[in-house]
Amino acid sequence: MSDPHTTILRIDHARKSFGSTRVLNDISLNVDAGEVVAIIGPSGSGKSTLLRCATLLERLDGGSLHYDGEPVAHTDDVGKIVYASTQALHKVRMKFGLVFQDFNLFPHFSVMRNITDAAIHVQKRPKEEVRAEAEALLKKMGLEDKGNAMPCELSGGQQQRVSIARALALNPEILYFDEPTSALDPELTAEILRVIRGLAAERMTMVIVTHEMNFAKEVADRIIFMNDGLIIEEGPARDLVETPQSDRLKAFLNKLETWEQHGIPES
Amino acid sequence: MSISTIVQMLGEGALTSLLIFGFTLVGSLPLGLLVAFGRMSKLAPIRWLMRFYISIMRGTPLILQLFIVYFGPFYLFGVSMGTDYRFTATLIAFILNYAAYFGEIYRSGIESIPKGQYEAATVLGYSRTKTFVRIIFPQVIKRILPPLTNEIITLVKDTALAFTLGVAEMFTQARAIVSSQGNLMAFLIAGIFYYVFNAGVAFIMERVEKAFAYYHE
Repeated sequence: MSDPHTTILRIDHARKSFGSTRVLNDISLNVDAGEVVAIIGPSGSGKSTLLRCATLLERLDGGSLHYDGEPVAHTDDVGKIVYASTQALHKVRMKFGLVFQDFNLFPHFSVMRNITDAAIHVQKRPKEEVRAEAEALLKKMGLEDKGNAMPCELSGGQQQRVSIARALALNPEILYFDEPTSALDPELTAEILRVIRGLAAERMTMVIVTHEMNFAKEVADRIIFMNDGLIIEEGPARDLVETPQSDRLKAFLNKLETWEQHGIPES
Repeated sequence: MSISTIVQMLGEGALTSLLIFGFTLVGSLPLGLLVAFGRMSKLAPIRWLMRFYISIMRGTPLILQLFIVYFGPFYLFGVSMGTDYRFTATLIAFILNYAAYFGEIYRSGIESIPKGQYEAATVLGYSRTKTFVRIIFPQVIKRILPPLTNEIITLVKDTALAFTLGVAEMFTQARAIVSSQGNLMAFLIAGIFYYVFNAGVAFIMERVEKAFAYYHE
């Protein structure tokens, strides 16, 4: 993993709209090597969109995006966003991994092939080396006997662990998680959180969009609270959860607490 | 005329039917993929052109298309193509017609693949081509096998339309035998031929479906 105190991701004044809806409104965010950042906020607050812009699945409308100090997108003099060339973007994509909410494993590939295919056919690395690494990753995920299984034969938690292994197989500098446990039962959620905790202990740089407040507090160095496309509050994880400053964060935390005690209301 | 003579004569015709069938598949399956790409193109004129082409192929009888391809060179351009052109004209008409149908089947399959598959592949660094070849297309094949089987079975039966251009395929032979013999035996045997042919197609397609049954979504 990379040197500490170097900034891997830098987003400045990011703006993004879908039609007339402003989803990101002047968002700036730095993530340093070895840092674990959690992004929390109500649905529709723009946190997933922020992740999708950072992973180049969506284009920003304005602002700038840097990886390792290299410009990926910037806004020119006339206010138009300019992205790097296709080849440059391809290189940038090798710097990050993304774990999706609904896994998005390739159903026609075995677990092993899901993990190794991109390393072999995109990165063109030697097969034996990639396979050996994949075996190690499977072991780390507690799936050492599942290499030949098909994704459809696995539980949701196992599928999500495969998708984490798939992302790690390309040796990313930074790993993004988009609500990695939202599609899972509580028990399966625990499996995934354990894996992420393990990665945090190894100082893997991670940005995690999550609703698991206790988990965010425990595993993240820093929490960012978003609402209506704005960063309302950010700070050291414990401080932010225990002594929220803004009314909106207080209200959000209260609501989560009520839900935890009484269950999520039906409507 | 003995039954074995009829079978032998029909067998020669059946070979021609088989050739029409085989060449049509070899031509129209890849062409259909191009049609699907054109139909989904980012460029509106290409999209409209493909839409128009598909609507003509689906909206008019195949028998009419056969005649137009066969007589077109003469009536439109004053070119005589000779009798060998019958077989070629049959193939051109069949390939153009079936490519339109296959194109729509491919398109339905491609559009049914969830967006998440493309996004996962993009993030993992797969190029557009690699995403299609390695991730999307294999899944498309599995999904389109049932409608593809239907279309291929229809093609077996449609080969009989080549008789309208006087191509000596099985139905043409059967018709000639029936009119010279004054009984329906040749039609009955031809029917059995088509039926067995299609049973074979169904059997092979079932095997292919089984080969893709190693996963489900």
